[in-house]
Amino acid sequence: MTLNTETSQKNGVNVQALLDARAALEAAPDAAQFTWRAACEWIDGVHSRSTIEGFFGLGEEQSHRQGFSIDADHPPQFAAEDMGPTPVEIVLSALASCLTAGVASVAENRGIKLRSVRAMLEGDMDIAGILGIDADVRNGFKAVRVTFDIDADASSEDIAALVAQAQKRSAVFDILTNPTAVQVTVV
Amino acid sequence: MKHATAIIIGAGHAGLAMSRALTCRSVDHVVLERGGPGHAWRTERWDSLHMITPNWANGLPGAPYKGPDRDSYMSATAFADSLELYAKTIAAPVRGGVTVTRLTREAQGFRIETDQGPYSAETVVNATGATRLPRVPALSGDIPPGILQITTDRYRNPAALPPGDVLVVGASASGVQIARELQLSGRQVILAVGGHLRLPRRYRGRDIDHWLDVCGISDERAGEIEDLSRARRVPSAQLHGASAVDLNALQALGVEITGRLSALRDGRALFSGGLESLTSSADLKMNRTLQRIDDWIAAMAEPGRITAPDRPEPTVLGTTPRLSLELSGSLRTVVWATGYTADHRWMDMPLFDARGRLRHDGGICPVQGLYVLGLPILRRRRSHQISGAAADTHDLSIHIERHLDACRAA
Repeated sequence: MTLNTETSQKNGVNVQALLDARAALEAAPDAAQFTWRAACEWIDGVHSRSTIEGFFGLGEEQSHRQGFSIDADHPPQFAAEDMGPTPVEIVLSALASCLTAGVASVAENRGIKLRSVRAMLEGDMDIAGILGIDADVRNGFKAVRVTFDIDADASSEDIAALVAQAQKRSAVFDILTNPTAVQVTVV
Repeated sequence: MKHATAIIIGAGHAGLAMSRALTCRSVDHVVLERGGPGHAWRTERWDSLHMITPNWANGLPGAPYKGPDRDSYMSATAFADSLELYAKTIAAPVRGGVTVTRLTREAQGFRIETDQGPYSAETVVNATGATRLPRVPALSGDIPPGILQITTDRYRNPAALPPGDVLVVGASASGVQIARELQLSGRQVILAVGGHLRLPRRYRGRDIDHWLDVCGISDERAGEIEDLSRARRVPSAQLHGASAVDLNALQALGVEITGRLSALRDGRALFSGGLESLTSSADLKMNRTLQRIDDWIAAMAEPGRITAPDRPEPTVLGTTPRLSLELSGSLRTVVWATGYTADHRWMDMPLFDARGRLRHDGGICPVQGLYVLGLPILRRRRSHQISGAAADTHDLSIHIERHLDACRAA
């Protein structure tokens, strides 16, 4: 097997490894079944800490190189201590990271050198929903806007195509734009 | 048991073109057809359907279009009539009213079970095409019983539907054409749009098919196309005779556009909020194709003689697309324009990959002596079009002749 050397990569994405994995998983669909996990512990007030360590994939239990934690809280406007971003801001950040990873990977695959990629995200929300003021207002975002500012060795059409392909292959974009069955139980 | 050296299954344009190619090579054969030539065009499509390609592009081997309207788009019925005439002209040995139920490999060739008794043959060509069965998503089972569900092979005309609003699911050629016709009939249509292929009917003064033809795009070989398996699944372009049927044109008629139908929940249809990514992606791909045409024209001797580029306006979604729709009240019909699939279930041989897709190399199946025609990008980009039959049947008839020679030498 030939390995793509660091120097041949433009954006630090090992696209060859991803393409090899894609070919291997096409022949072994069971290995493509992943389960992602997060655990969350209540701390105090509306402050909580999620930890992320292991996941299942490629037919067996896997773990991150180290555990990660993400605090979530609410700002003083919600009478809270502001010990972390709000969960909905973490959702925006997840979308941004997912699309940005896609932009970098697609650019690598298309031989486009990226100089800078900046995404600005906004999510509009009428909090009359979460506060129970108006049953006709949904709890979640009314609209989400993502604006990319990309500096790269490519035409504006090619950059638009990068961003389009990143959306097409993004898990979080799909999670936000399509319904997902969610089951919540108590043990 | 009846026998022929070669048996062609299906008397559509591809099967008939293959019949002519085999006749030219003096290969004794019959064409088995469940109805008559052009059966599906007559009985499994809607009343107003016209060809998506202009008349000049719909010639068959030895029978180019010679009528007075080279640049218009004939009706499906007129095309079926032309197939019937073609079958007579080339004296195709069509056995009509014969439905093939099973194909198996025998020691000396193939056994073909039909509702009119069995046949045997040394070689078989499956020319039943890529659009034999309508494809309907599994969630259709959860549509409330009060709503009529109809697929594009059963849909006939607006008057045949119950009064009320219509949800058309799918925005490829069939979906956009039916949405347009229903909206013009005075109904409110909601069109659920998934991945789609946008092309203008005319560009720089000529039909788009003219450019795809002369620039060599339609003749690109399967082996030259990047990510062939994805290219083979690209849906048919949003075209309809001379009328514009892109999402801008449909919205101007009052059709409401929304995202892909993604779930049914609590009596409501839920649509994807990702529509804009699909429309901008379709615009990008359209412009990439038009750029190839511009580049080709620019390299010509006198590009100035050709009309300047007239790129279509980008797709604009007038209002924020709805995310859900009550499956009751004024909505009475769902039209599934979610594509067709080939029907290969009757081929009882190890021909399929893990996903059930027919394995073939340019129409040559992994069982010796078995061939398939008319699938998307079978050998070239135009393989599934009317104009694709000539080159594909020429190529494969050479292979068939060699196969028969080898059988006899053995």
